[in-house]
Amino acid sequence: MRIPGLAVVLTLWACNVANALEVEDHRLFPGSGDRILRIVSTTDLDVFEPYIAAFQDVRPDVSIDYSVMSSSILYSAIREGHSFDLAVSSAMDLQFQLANDGFAQRYRSAATETLPDWARWRGLIFAFTSEPAVMVINNEHFSGLDLPTTRQDLIGLLRDHPDRFTGAVGTYDVRESGLGYLFATQEDRSTDAFWRLNEVMGRLDPRFYCCSSQMIDDVADGQLALAYNVLGSYAKERLAQDQGDRMQIIRMQDFTNVMLRTAIIPATAKETEAAGAMIDMLATLALRQAPGNWPLPSLSETGADEALGFGPIRLGPALMVYLDPLNRRAFLTDWENAMEQQ
Amino acid sequence: MTETRSISQRLTLLLAGVAALLSLLSWGMVTGLAREATQRTQDNVLAASTTTIAETLRSEQGEVRLELPYAAFAMLDAISEDRVFYRVTAGGRILTGYEDLPQTSEGGLGQVTFDSGEYNGAPIRMASVSRLVLAGAEPLSVTVTVAQTRDGVGAVASELSQLAAILSVAFFFVAVGLSAFAVKTSLRPLNEIAAAVSRRGPSDLRPLMRAAPADLAPLLTALNRLMDRLHLSIRRSEDFIAEAAHRIRTPLATVRTQAEISLRTVDDETEKQRLRRMIRAVDESSRSAGQLLDHATVAYRTEDMAHDVLDLADVVRQTVAAVEPTAAMRDIHLEVTSIEAKVLGDAVLLDNALSNVLDNAIKYSPEDTTVSIYITRTDAEARISVTDDGPGLGDEPIDALTERFRRGSNTGGIVGSGLGLTIASDVLRAHRGRLELANTQNGRGACVSLVLPLS
Repeated sequence: MRIPGLAVVLTLWACNVANALEVEDHRLFPGSGDRILRIVSTTDLDVFEPYIAAFQDVRPDVSIDYSVMSSSILYSAIREGHSFDLAVSSAMDLQFQLANDGFAQRYRSAATETLPDWARWRGLIFAFTSEPAVMVINNEHFSGLDLPTTRQDLIGLLRDHPDRFTGAVGTYDVRESGLGYLFATQEDRSTDAFWRLNEVMGRLDPRFYCCSSQMIDDVADGQLALAYNVLGSYAKERLAQDQGDRMQIIRMQDFTNVMLRTAIIPATAKETEAAGAMIDMLATLALRQAPGNWPLPSLSETGADEALGFGPIRLGPALMVYLDPLNRRAFLTDWENAMEQQ
Repeated sequence: MTETRSISQRLTLLLAGVAALLSLLSWGMVTGLAREATQRTQDNVLAASTTTIAETLRSEQGEVRLELPYAAFAMLDAISEDRVFYRVTAGGRILTGYEDLPQTSEGGLGQVTFDSGEYNGAPIRMASVSRLVLAGAEPLSVTVTVAQTRDGVGAVASELSQLAAILSVAFFFVAVGLSAFAVKTSLRPLNEIAAAVSRRGPSDLRPLMRAAPADLAPLLTALNRLMDRLHLSIRRSEDFIAEAAHRIRTPLATVRTQAEISLRTVDDETEKQRLRRMIRAVDESSRSAGQLLDHATVAYRTEDMAHDVLDLADVVRQTVAAVEPTAAMRDIHLEVTSIEAKVLGDAVLLDNALSNVLDNAIKYSPEDTTVSIYITRTDAEARISVTDDGPGLGDEPIDALTERFRRGSNTGGIVGSGLGLTIASDVLRAHRGRLELANTQNGRGACVSLVLPLS
């Protein structure tokens, strides 16, 4: 079997819908003027709403049209030339590929210049949060057990207690979720324990999810004992709202992936000035010193927590390696073999 | 004399031109080298990346397989933030990557080839390597191409080029400064010789005895030879004048004696008048001849004059005594106010100078008046001032009066050659002194001062 070309393959893989975009959520925040800033994002509406409100405080004339979609659909929407003014995504690799392949516009301002080098690339892509991947556990399921702090601990625990964990382990479906795929491939690169953990999980009839929030929901109501590779920022937000101390966040001590949420101005953007102003605001917030009342962490917050000194996933051409169709096919084959053993 | 651009200007301009050319050349070279070096760095990384990918090529169940290694792209990020494109073709068909990348040149198996091209409007640099992979029955040629935009290379090269430009400009200015300095230093001996020649007095024709660079020796020799010839010719003409004056004086004396005898023997008043006019004319000629002789004497003596310690009071006394009879003939009183003033000099020359000045004073003074002679002294100079009650020096520029054969405008009817002040002035110059001419303050009469440095 030969593969006709990267773009075609990625497009086929990325979206099942050609022109009708699969929008998960959408809202228009009307402003006083005629201008509409069209933002496409993977960030849930309620998470991003404070940022929109802060932006409209400064620029009340700009209406904001906010669409939420999965990272892969967002990716192919931009590639196909759907007109958006700003694309915000947690899938760094897809965002990077867009920038590399010329689907992003250059933007430069005093605010973006203050971003550290690792948080921007060629003035095309800007990171404004750094968010760790964490594990969320249900306290009830873990009663009487030592809490795992490394993947090694977790492998032992899962292997020793198949009764407790069968059907109660959740993780991203890396075939569907761009972020899940990014986390999985980066773990593959960084730790030997990744495939052994997958093997062990595979024997426990794991459940696959598209999104962090659903996984956390299922942990909260006890359907899942643990959710592996959940976005730390979402988990924290959710835990803060949750009554009754049912869940806990665990960060792996041996290695933690840190994802950068990035924004690009697509090449087709029309309201580039407003999009630039939004990037400036996000960049300024990204460098804030106090945590403040924002749902997403700043660039520095996670860094300080990072005891082992793993930096965030690097914004660079290496991100495109796992997006290569051959590599992707090989990776997914291995992943399926490990995860679907029955 | 037509003045062309000075040697120092010409040399400085020439050297500046050379420096500018060298600066420009070095800037061009550094820029070229910087471009070449940065391009090579990018080529090396691209080659490493391409080879790393090619090494993962393998055959599985008759199909070509490869796995893009993470490091292959991570290393491309190390040098600059450049966009990356890649393509893998097997037997002419695209295996993976960007199918619309430009075609690359064919190299031997395992050999990395480089191409420059353009992709999506951006200039790119491509590295390709081919390998044979056994897929099925036949070996298949698989080509791996990795491309990168050239922004980073361009940025580094232009940064280096800018730095080189700044350095070149700095080099140029330093070089021009040094050239100007070098020109000034090497022209100094020439300027020194020029200054030495122009410092000399008008009659100083001694050869220049100076240490000079070998290049200037011919000029110096030629100059000395010219001065020698000039000296010789001046002396010859002075000799001629002295000889002529001497030869004229003797017959004139005879003529005068004969005329006086005739005057005594002739009774006719008209005849007498005629003879007197003749005597007067002879006197005038004889006096002129005398002064010409004096002038020649002064010219000789100043070349090799004595440097004795003299008291000006003595000089004045002797000279005044010598002219006393002439003054007395016209009832002119010579009043001397004298103090001691020692100078270094030649008594004969000074006597000559002073007697010429006194001669003038007596000659131009009306009868029955006083000519005053004062000796005064300051810290460094002694001064003999001669003041008369004559008509003064007239309205002409006073300095012109010391020129040879120049007579004042108001000398009508008085015998004179115009050499007296010239002689005095020459003598004083030879003594490093000067002759000062002025009208007296009351507007009547002249004041001539002989100024000499004290010993």
